[in-house]
Amino acid sequence: MRLFTFQRAANVDEAVASGAGAAFLAGGTNLVDLMKIEVLNPERVLDVSRLDLAKIEVREGALQIGALASNTAVAEHAEVMRAAPGLSEALLSGASPQLRNAATVGGNLLQRTRCAYYRDLGTRCNKREPNSGCDAMEGWTRMHAVLGVSDKCIAAHPSDMCVALYALEAMVRVRGPAGERDIPVGELHLLPGDHPEREFSLRPAELITGVRVPIDALSARSRYVKVRDRQSYAFALASCAAAVQVEGGAIRAARFALGAVGTKPWRVPEAERSMQGRLPTRETFARAAEIALRGAAPRRDNAFKVELAKRTAVRALMLSAGAPS
Amino acid sequence: MSDEIGKPYPRRDGRAKVTGEAAYSYEWPVPGILYGVLVTSNLARGRITAVDSAAAEREPGVIAVLTPFNAMKLPGGAKPADTGDRVVQVLQDDQILYSNQPVAVAIADTFERALHAAAQVRVSAQPLPFTVRMADELHAAFPHDIRTSAGSQPADQLRGDVEAALRRAEHKVEADYETPPETHNPLEPHATLAVWSGDRLTLYDATQGIFGVRKKLATAFALPPSNVRVITKYVGGGFGCKGSAWSHVVIAALAAKQLGRPVKIALTRPQMFGIVGGRPQTRQKISAAADKDGRLIALRHETVSTTSRFDDFIEPAALVSRHQYQCENIETKHRLVRLDIGTPTYMRAPGESSGSFALESAIDELAHELGIDPIDFRLKNYAETDPIEGKPFSSKSLRRCYELGAERFGWQKRTRRPELVLRAGKLVGTGMATAAYPANYTKASAIARMNPDGTVLVQSGAVDIGGGTYTVMAQVAAETLGVPYEKVKFDLGDTEMPEAPRSGGSITAASVASAVEAACRALRQKLDAMGERPRKPVEALGEVAPSEERKKYALHSFGAQFAEVEVDPDLGMVRVTRLVGAFAAGRILNARLARSQFMGGMVWGIGMALHEHSVYDEKLGRIMTRDLADYHVPSHKDVVIVDPIFIPVEKDDVVDPAGVKGIGEIGITGAAAAIANAVFNATGKRVRALPITPDKLL
Repeated sequence: MRLFTFQRAANVDEAVASGAGAAFLAGGTNLVDLMKIEVLNPERVLDVSRLDLAKIEVREGALQIGALASNTAVAEHAEVMRAAPGLSEALLSGASPQLRNAATVGGNLLQRTRCAYYRDLGTRCNKREPNSGCDAMEGWTRMHAVLGVSDKCIAAHPSDMCVALYALEAMVRVRGPAGERDIPVGELHLLPGDHPEREFSLRPAELITGVRVPIDALSARSRYVKVRDRQSYAFALASCAAAVQVEGGAIRAARFALGAVGTKPWRVPEAERSMQGRLPTRETFARAAEIALRGAAPRRDNAFKVELAKRTAVRALMLSAGAPS
Repeated sequence: MSDEIGKPYPRRDGRAKVTGEAAYSYEWPVPGILYGVLVTSNLARGRITAVDSAAAEREPGVIAVLTPFNAMKLPGGAKPADTGDRVVQVLQDDQILYSNQPVAVAIADTFERALHAAAQVRVSAQPLPFTVRMADELHAAFPHDIRTSAGSQPADQLRGDVEAALRRAEHKVEADYETPPETHNPLEPHATLAVWSGDRLTLYDATQGIFGVRKKLATAFALPPSNVRVITKYVGGGFGCKGSAWSHVVIAALAAKQLGRPVKIALTRPQMFGIVGGRPQTRQKISAAADKDGRLIALRHETVSTTSRFDDFIEPAALVSRHQYQCENIETKHRLVRLDIGTPTYMRAPGESSGSFALESAIDELAHELGIDPIDFRLKNYAETDPIEGKPFSSKSLRRCYELGAERFGWQKRTRRPELVLRAGKLVGTGMATAAYPANYTKASAIARMNPDGTVLVQSGAVDIGGGTYTVMAQVAAETLGVPYEKVKFDLGDTEMPEAPRSGGSITAASVASAVEAACRALRQKLDAMGERPRKPVEALGEVAPSEERKKYALHSFGAQFAEVEVDPDLGMVRVTRLVGAFAAGRILNARLARSQFMGGMVWGIGMALHEHSVYDEKLGRIMTRDLADYHVPSHKDVVIVDPIFIPVEKDDVVDPAGVKGIGEIGITGAAAAIANAVFNATGKRVRALPITPDKLL
């Protein structure tokens, strides 16, 4: 780890005022990990972990989740489990209890990729070092993305929580020098394109203060399915957060987002629309999954993800719709 | 006092370990200690042209960066100490022979500063062509005999006419099986602490064998062995990767010598991948045939495993086929392939675990083809004597293991046809396999001392790698001497003590228990001759070695593994819901600790079947799964019911004086095959390349 200056912000205003050029530290499960292996090397670390941002409440038809609420607190919150069970399931499927106790919602929104090359200073990585090249492309790609990739980067987005937040159309509240604004979660993460080093749409010194998850009949049906190489403590091979609302035997509304297959959590509006008004059957869901995976660009080791993601989506949609599998 | 052997005493070192009182090698308090962190190569092969350590040396607290250009030359070189030891890379030349090879060491006043300094060192090297892909070098595969401390066995063996038997066979299986490279990951990474006092060296080393380390270091520094003392009181897991003195051990001693201050080096988790061995990749071809009555008439087992360019380690995967089943026509072949990788080494049941995956899968395939129950098929081909050498078994309770295991597991309820059993949307399947491991035994010595206050101290230069040596040897001593268990202290892990073997090949319990018995018997005689309680400490030495009689027998432990799995029919995820293992391994010294040993092996079997894989980037020649998030071992949730049972006393007067067969390794043998066979029973899919990950079942 390189030497850095450590400061602690007393309140949100102070954090924002001195946030430019600093790395905000909350749970530290991702930032400190990456600092230890010298992948992230901030000169200044600004501790925001003690700010009063951990509250979880239901207000104005939405779950209002403070940025510092721990993953555990959110996952186990009665209202979350009732109104957005898919979010709770997604959180509980990630990491380990120890990590979930420390990790925060704000930090999780900014979780960095688990691309093995990004984490290995002995390899080339455009995300770590712009324009240095990418050794992953022709390397071991089993865990890499098949959607949203560019010729600069194929790193998969690793989060479980974010996948659920995409399906739930969450809004991310941020505070910056220019004041407060809300960002639809789908716009928080950037596609790699020519600049994989640019990962978020946050402006300098902007601090995530909370997340707003609208709750309704659809969110109450949300579910999360994760496929991985072992039963716990493994990143997804494919995952899906889905919410299907059936009325009079037909699908009234349906949303789903895919994890581990995209360079960001993957949602395809056309795939969701294809289910509208149809019967909640395996065929309906399989067609939607087919549409969602259009344009997938697998490499040597991750072709299986295309089929696996479709099956995972079908499973999550069936579960949410309460259809017999 | 009597019947102490076998009692389920809790491990004596347990409390010290869980409270943090136990000082592991890296934690030994030494004033003025310096911290070394290895700098390792990014290239898989090349020649170092320069090492720029200027930036590292400017960092606060950095004492030195030792490189091939400024490190002292070892007067005696760094040759392997014996057949179980490996060639190491210790800053003596400019060669890069594999990715992650040590090429420098940064020394600082704290671990964190040394770690940071190591990251600032820039190594320039001229790259050379390399390959880490077995397929590229198969054309150059060569036979290699199998050498262990127990002796040498030929690479190839042929009995009868396998080809003719295969030609006339009515039922036949011919298939290729693959096991991937795997990497040991004990909780305690390798660590060495080196202290010089003039020309005397003391090493606190995380090792499975202190005498081997002593020999290697004495040779390297051209010292008499008596000038080198190696101390190992606790080891946080060995599993084979601490069986020899690897590069960092010599580098720590070298740095301490050169800097004139004590130095300690611990490997970081990513440095565990390549520098300190691992299980090599194997490709195994099995041809097996049976007649219509289910009698095995041909068995051919050909295996290729990988090693480095500069050292020969062979994973003897086909050995299992030389002993497992009665068959007139058996052929086995071992081949090696050289790659630009770090030398692999012993990993829990080297050969028997990987080989039993192939053999026991093939046997299951053949039983299925014949339509015979897998246990019945194995019983039809039960080896009453060693199938190759014709020797009688010193003891063999495999039939009993099949019975006990099948009963415990509920095997009779099994459905033979795949894809028939569903539970909560999951396919359920069951499978079994035979487990076996050689009963190794070698010379060992121990000293026993009776103190005037009635307490007993027994010492032997063995190590306790977690199996419970501290505890079981006290039990053996108490029973042999006829004193209460609480009065006996057993101490180990110091080359000042009587010599004991490296703790590998499940050899410690058998060898050291026999030595302890011998020492205690001799002490008892002395005490009895004295007739009264001694006023001064009385000592007796016990030394044992394998008898000639032993050579007339085939000596193995046996067992039977049973697995139940649930498989998600759409998503391919496998969960081992139940694993039952029934074992017979001579006299069990401590029922509680034995259970743990068996269980540990079986859990590793789950990892071998479903998870473990050191994945190489073939373009870079580098293992990419270098931490415990990417290198998967079973998590708690992957281990549901693991249920080892065993015969407490399998009488065996031949195997060794203590009647003990080691149990450190048999628990993993057959486990992966039982699981793979259960996956087949559940899905109808035969996965012949481990690990069985979801993508292979889509």
